[in-house]
Amino acid sequence: MIIRFFHQMGSPRYFYNVAGKLVPWFMVSFLITLVFGLYYGLFVAPPDYQQGESYRIMYIHVPSAWMSMFIYVVMAVSGLISLVWRIKMTEIVVISSATVGASFTFLALATGSLWGKPMWGTWWVWDARLTSELILLFLYLGIIALHSAIEDKRVAARAVSILALVGVVNIPIIHYSVEWWNTLHQPASVTKFDKPSMDLSMLIPLLTMAISFKLYYGAVVLMRARAEIVERERNSRWVQELVEQEAK
Amino acid sequence: MNPIRKKRLTLIGLMVAGIGVATWLALNAFDENLMFFFSPSEVVEGKAPEAHPFRIGGLVQNDSVKRKPDGLTTAFSVTDNAEAVTVEYTGILPDLFREGQGIVAMGQLNQNGIFIASEVLAKHDENYMPPEVAESLKTAHDEAVANPQPQASIQ
Repeated sequence: MIIRFFHQMGSPRYFYNVAGKLVPWFMVSFLITLVFGLYYGLFVAPPDYQQGESYRIMYIHVPSAWMSMFIYVVMAVSGLISLVWRIKMTEIVVISSATVGASFTFLALATGSLWGKPMWGTWWVWDARLTSELILLFLYLGIIALHSAIEDKRVAARAVSILALVGVVNIPIIHYSVEWWNTLHQPASVTKFDKPSMDLSMLIPLLTMAISFKLYYGAVVLMRARAEIVERERNSRWVQELVEQEAK
Repeated sequence: MNPIRKKRLTLIGLMVAGIGVATWLALNAFDENLMFFFSPSEVVEGKAPEAHPFRIGGLVQNDSVKRKPDGLTTAFSVTDNAEAVTVEYTGILPDLFREGQGIVAMGQLNQNGIFIASEVLAKHDENYMPPEVAESLKTAHDEAVANPQPQASIQ
């Protein structure tokens, strides 16, 4: 049953149709959780005992940083599947995730910088956490550039998959940088085996925002994948039939 | 799994493992350079560079912050609860700077062993809580310190 589902999802035509039905659901649930998370985080959650109101930027910063790593892992796993099994759909997932991953990485760096100025006293320091996250942004940009530099989509996907797998070594470095070395960035508050060092009233909106960003990624990756499918399969009969139907 | 796929999977596995080992070796070699700061104990032991600037990190010792008469210079001790180093800084301190707070200062030691800082950054910890919770934690802590539980004596 599950194997059959994956086989079907591997067919671009089937994926195109299923994704088209899923996108609105992802979008609606993204908007609901976004409104709830932002309202709870910005108005209901109490101020922090040390940082006052400024800590609220973490409701964007922390989920973005999590997403920047999560999306990269998704790309690396899809890249591995593409390289070994040569499945078209996972190739499409790799490249459809790159732009949204880069955006989340940029958002994490920018919001962190805005928070760093009043709290730490500096916009930027070259500590291990900040530097490894910046390298992640360059990896994303490199993947996007490499993909657009190669004309043949399947060759491009293979090259991009290798780059994604090479870069995956950076993910544990980002996560553990705050433990392995002395950094200015604080250690993890939530993503650790201990109980979170955050009050529940602050944690709930944070986790809501994390779910919300994941749903957003789901919606965007499905939409981009559909666009990519239509472009790749533009000479196939089902896409041409689709275009004819739209034209009517 | 057919042999071609198996071969590809092995090759990729080897590639990722190779890169992992290479990165691990590189990071190990640069371990000291990746440390953002030295602790007061390391400075006292003489592990910190003497001739050029470095960063020192630790907690601002309680009751050690003193303002100089010029109004801009602050002197305080940075401690890791083992050793302490006196730091002098002229300029505006970040919002989170206070006694008991973690900080990172950039500067150089002078002849008297005083660290002359050119930049002071506050280090935030991983704890987030509302002021009321912090207040009640502090009260509980103070009470525990004032009325210590009698310890069972070891015979």
